[in-house]
Amino acid sequence: MAGDSDGNVGQRFDRLPETAADRVVEGRATREEVVGYFADRFGVPPGTFDEYTFWEKGAGKIWVYAGEAPSLAELEALGMTCLRTRQEHWKPTTDAVQRFGRHADSCVVELDRERAARFAAGEDQELEWDGDWGYLIVACEVVGDLEPLGVGLYVHGELRSVVPKGRQRDLEA
Amino acid sequence: METLERYRPIIDDFEAFLDACERPLGNVVRVNAIKATPERAMAALEEEGVGYEQADWNPRVLELETDSPGSTWASFLGFTHGQEAVSAVPAGVLDPRPGERVWDACGAPGGKATQLAALMDDRGTVVANDSNLGRLSALRFNAERLGATSLAVTHQDARNYSLKPLEFDAFDRALVDAPCSCEGTIRKNPDALDEWTEDHVHSVAGIQKGILRRAVQTTREGGTVVYSTCTFAPEENEAVVQHALEAEDCRVVDFDLDLEYAPGVTEWEGEEYDGSVSKAARIYPHHNDTGGFFVAKLEVTA
Repeated sequence: MAGDSDGNVGQRFDRLPETAADRVVEGRATREEVVGYFADRFGVPPGTFDEYTFWEKGAGKIWVYAGEAPSLAELEALGMTCLRTRQEHWKPTTDAVQRFGRHADSCVVELDRERAARFAAGEDQELEWDGDWGYLIVACEVVGDLEPLGVGLYVHGELRSVVPKGRQRDLEA
Repeated sequence: METLERYRPIIDDFEAFLDACERPLGNVVRVNAIKATPERAMAALEEEGVGYEQADWNPRVLELETDSPGSTWASFLGFTHGQEAVSAVPAGVLDPRPGERVWDACGAPGGKATQLAALMDDRGTVVANDSNLGRLSALRFNAERLGATSLAVTHQDARNYSLKPLEFDAFDRALVDAPCSCEGTIRKNPDALDEWTEDHVHSVAGIQKGILRRAVQTTREGGTVVYSTCTFAPEENEAVVQHALEAEDCRVVDFDLDLEYAPGVTEWEGEEYDGSVSKAARIYPHHNDTGGFFVAKLEVTA
């Protein structure tokens, strides 16, 4: 079986190295960096991911997985895609934000139902926001609790919805 | 409906059965425990003005008063998943525990695989397999939408399934929700019987036998295998279980089900089956106003 050293193989799941010192494949994110990204940008406590492993399949596509698997896996999917790396600004996925975003306390923008419906439909909207620019967790209050809806890209006074087409819905405000 | 006449000898109150088969089914969703409790899902539906009725046999099964159950906030957030009421039965009968290794042999489009993950608190390993790539992409979409992180997805023919891509060599439990002639979905798909032939029933039964045998082989001694279909044909139900009893080390066991149902049949068109197959459940549409379903629970004995 091929080892880690033959680079990033498109159709295979490779487990992320723990730290940069363990890195064999060039450009591959480490577990420390991935957990650190969610902690530094969104305030998700690193312990949230203690029971999970992280994997790369496809250039820069990171998957988060709770089950058992060998260190190299020829599978169709392993848990869920959570992050896109190997690009200047890392980008979390809608589904991972819905799954883990409740633990976030920074770079979270709260919308009212009317704006949230536009976001869920994939619409971009003007928004005043004095926090960081870039990828934000977009949330909305649902029966008394803030519920993460997905990922928005905030630039120049505009919140762009990056909810994937297949996940967009026309919802009642 | 003529096709269904063959079941007159085995179904009590056959006219009520036929009547039920002609009534369309309501829109039912399952509450996804990975993201919400039934209470929170129901509160979210109330907040957006969608009426619902909770099933008395399963607090996670809700019938919605809407024609588009996929266009609710509850669905967008992954609190609910459109899934016929009886489809929620087999995962409950399999009764997986957190941390276990579970195989869903025919896992697409993922309603039952994600339900297994939810029943395990999304802890452990659910290997969801399917032989059809198109259906696998639906499974992956649903798994991510519902936030299931304990799923590993494989693309193999379940009849000669290889555990090589996995870290372990046996499952604790396996679900075989087999491809079938789908007679029991007639209320949802009125044309479900249009292509029905006895030849098709026999050919699909051959596939079912192969998958069930492989599921028993890949499950550890003392482990559990659940076999289910959405069809009434004994050739695809009791006869398949009978085949597994003869060919593999397993036995049929009892299980509790808070639904009305009839026992498995032990005789059909001149064939006789082992008396233990009567422990299986035949859920008919007129019993609980649902689709039709068959479910049997096996224990692996070696």
